[in-house]
Amino acid sequence: MPRQSPVPNELDKPFYDACNEERLVMQHCDACDRFQYPPEATCRQCGAADLPWNEIGGSGTIYSYGVIFDTPIAQLQADQPYNCAVIALDEAPGVNVLSQLPGTPPDQVPIDAKVRLTWYTTQANGQKVPEWEVVK
Amino acid sequence: MSEATEAPLTQAATMYRTKEGLGVWPQRGKVAAVGIGHSPTMRRWDERPETSLGAWAILAIKNAIEDAGIKAEDVDGLVLSKDTTTGSFWPQGKAIPESFTAMFEQTDDPLDGLSQLSTAWIIKNMPELKNIKWVMTAPVCMSMVLTAAIQSVAEGRAQVCIALKGWHNFEGRYYQGGANAVDTVAGPGKYGMALAGPASYTTAQQFQRYLHKYGKTHDMMAPFVVNSRRNGLLFPDGYWAQHRPEQITAEDYIDARWVAKPANLYDNDIPIHACGAYVITTAERAKDMQQKPVYVLGHAGAGELIGDRYSGVRPRGTVETLEEAQANAASTGRKLFEASGVKGSELDFENMYDGFGLFHVFHIEGINYAGIKEGEALDLFQGDITIEGPHPVSPSGGNIGGGRTRFWNHSDSILQLQGRAGARQMTKKVETGISGGFMPFWSNFVIWSSEPD
Repeated sequence: MPRQSPVPNELDKPFYDACNEERLVMQHCDACDRFQYPPEATCRQCGAADLPWNEIGGSGTIYSYGVIFDTPIAQLQADQPYNCAVIALDEAPGVNVLSQLPGTPPDQVPIDAKVRLTWYTTQANGQKVPEWEVVK
Repeated sequence: MSEATEAPLTQAATMYRTKEGLGVWPQRGKVAAVGIGHSPTMRRWDERPETSLGAWAILAIKNAIEDAGIKAEDVDGLVLSKDTTTGSFWPQGKAIPESFTAMFEQTDDPLDGLSQLSTAWIIKNMPELKNIKWVMTAPVCMSMVLTAAIQSVAEGRAQVCIALKGWHNFEGRYYQGGANAVDTVAGPGKYGMALAGPASYTTAQQFQRYLHKYGKTHDMMAPFVVNSRRNGLLFPDGYWAQHRPEQITAEDYIDARWVAKPANLYDNDIPIHACGAYVITTAERAKDMQQKPVYVLGHAGAGELIGDRYSGVRPRGTVETLEEAQANAASTGRKLFEASGVKGSELDFENMYDGFGLFHVFHIEGINYAGIKEGEALDLFQGDITIEGPHPVSPSGGNIGGGRTRFWNHSDSILQLQGRAGARQMTKKVETGISGGFMPFWSNFVIWSSEPD
């Protein structure tokens, strides 16, 4: 299903560049030993500005989900209802990301099931973004 | 008004008690609410100047002053929120109506009085407020405005302070168009929330986790929504009472269309056009006013104070989890007990925020209202939560029963404790209550009492 293409900026360019190489990277504060997502200029915990982009595998668990029936976002309206799941990442404790769970019918989302990383190419600018699918 | 002082943001930030360990609120029982003023309600502005945001803000202030039995010149403080959007914005390029500019004095910002409010606009258009010495712009909603007004009086910055919150709503479906209508996303939504869509999504996924965690069902919310509409219809100032006096049933609720499942139409509040104002003063001054004082025993909430900035507690990841919401709500409960000395289980009623209805559950569990713990609110809803019962839930009807203002809850708390809530007056004797909002991650609540100690 179509979705909006992210437009990278100076802060998150490393993230989106890695996505186009089908690698998932996230900011990591070495002082706090803590991953951070969404990206920010400094560590939210200690304020450190040096935040290397570390690659992670992207496996995770479905924490929860909603089924979207009435989105104001035009690109998504034709494919309603669709899942919007919250994924807790195994290698980045506390960090969660959102996924449409391609391959899982709306409202048939298995909470606590394992998921794996996959990739989705957005239409407007070809930017790849991470996606997740249920491990069968 | 010539010498009013606009509080710098550093002072605004100090108005809020967002940390645990601050102890009893030093001004416990020394500040009171006395007067209440509401405008009428409309679903959307009809483009007449006399029903504009600014006109109704003035009307609400006048009504609050009259209700308190004071004169405009008695008012020496004004706190309001600049932000008045329900999600709709003044259409880009649309001319400001001449009928509006002919009726009101303008400030440097042509949208003042139409789709935002400033203290300068109010003062220009209410010359009778000639003794205002203290003005402040507070963030977001009435709970932040009210808290800042209470704290302003507590700190002696004002003796008689108006707290004002307005909401404008224009034609069209909100959040449609603009950045949501294009095929790229450049703002923070690109990190995931652009997938989520409706504003109720975050609460919906939290509630889905809640249902999973505690083995509950969405249907168990029905008594809350039915009760809220009933109470709202007993509030003559509310949107549903004024325009669509229709009681809904549990079946209506269960059959309603989904917005972001498990949030349906009735779990979402209806955006409306309305204004509300309160007169806040010292306990001493309140004794001479027209209405019975309702005393503030304490206030507290959730938020982050970073330098001059006061904002909500940010989630660890893309979206706030249930556990984060619960932790914020529980922390707020502890802070409120510290500030006021009143446990949530001891409160006679609760008017915690409900727009969206689903997170009302997290709020009341956070303060242990009626002695409930996490995972037990839906069980409470299966019992008697009416205004006739032992543990009234949302006697104001809240946003769900009255439309999106985020102030029905405060008004009702004051009215209940003054004994003038009319058809909504609770059967039992009430001495303490709570109201506030908005969401667990960013909130301010007030513990009210009919007595100063």
